[in-house]
Amino acid sequence: MRLQKEKKEEAEGDMTPMIDIVFQLIAFFMVLVNFTKVDNDASIILPSSELAKPPEEKLKHSIMLQMTADGKVILGGELLDLEGDDLDSRLFRERRQAGDKLSEVAIIIRAHRDAATGKVQRLITRCQEKGFVRYQLRAKEKL
Amino acid sequence: MKVRKGAKSDKIELQMTPMIDIVFQLLVFFIMTFNIVEVEGDFGIQLPGAPAQHTEIEVAPVKLSLRMTANDDGTLKSLTLDGTKMNSFEQLHQLILKKKPIGAGPASDDLDFEVEIQSDYKLKYENVIQAITAVRGKRQKVAGKDEIITLIDKIRFAQPVGGPEN
Repeated sequence: MRLQKEKKEEAEGDMTPMIDIVFQLIAFFMVLVNFTKVDNDASIILPSSELAKPPEEKLKHSIMLQMTADGKVILGGELLDLEGDDLDSRLFRERRQAGDKLSEVAIIIRAHRDAATGKVQRLITRCQEKGFVRYQLRAKEKL
Repeated sequence: MKVRKGAKSDKIELQMTPMIDIVFQLLVFFIMTFNIVEVEGDFGIQLPGAPAQHTEIEVAPVKLSLRMTANDDGTLKSLTLDGTKMNSFEQLHQLILKKKPIGAGPASDDLDFEVEIQSDYKLKYENVIQAITAVRGKRQKVAGKDEIITLIDKIRFAQPVGGPEN
């Protein structure tokens, strides 16, 4: 029997379609990726609202205060007690930093949807005691 | 001169393997760093600071008070606007629309409303956001574009009823 010599040649798959797709995927993820550091706490599920639209212009001076479902406050990545002195001194520092631009500083409240309203209000009151006047209640967009 | 046919007609073959290695690395990197950020929006409210520094407003807005009570588990029990009991936030929205109709001419703009929200201490926060949504405005399609029509944007909070359970 005679062996067919052609069979010895390497079977070469066509790579082109695969590379096409892989590049497409890379382009897709590259475009969508954002490296902006968000300090949003993942454990906080925001209440949703159909009126919650992302603001057209970014707030110049803002302080993000987050509240977990059990009423703890997160400020700058630190978990603080709502009635504690730590929160007080932190807010005081922010207040001093704001200087005379106090009316421009917006306090963004990101509270968990199950947090007690009284606690959220208490948090606002504590900021009011420091003199802040602008508040933004954050909600996620309902589509 | 003799042209060597054999060697020259051979296809130049690219080494695909290293490129594919790198490309897959890139792909994996971008997949790993991919995070979906939900769209978030804000409700702006103005509240005076501790020292009563706000000046008297010339035209005092008509004040509406919204009272929300809670069950023991923090869910909404009742919803009352100026003594009118309601069952849902949709009803509240309709009532607000009746008080401040959309596009009723400039006359309706003279009527300035302010809503004061008073809720039970343990009421879940999402109810407050829902109430603000019902009062604040309406999302409407205008010429194919989503637009938000503002109804009442003055919102205040009154002292919550009840206190911490501890």
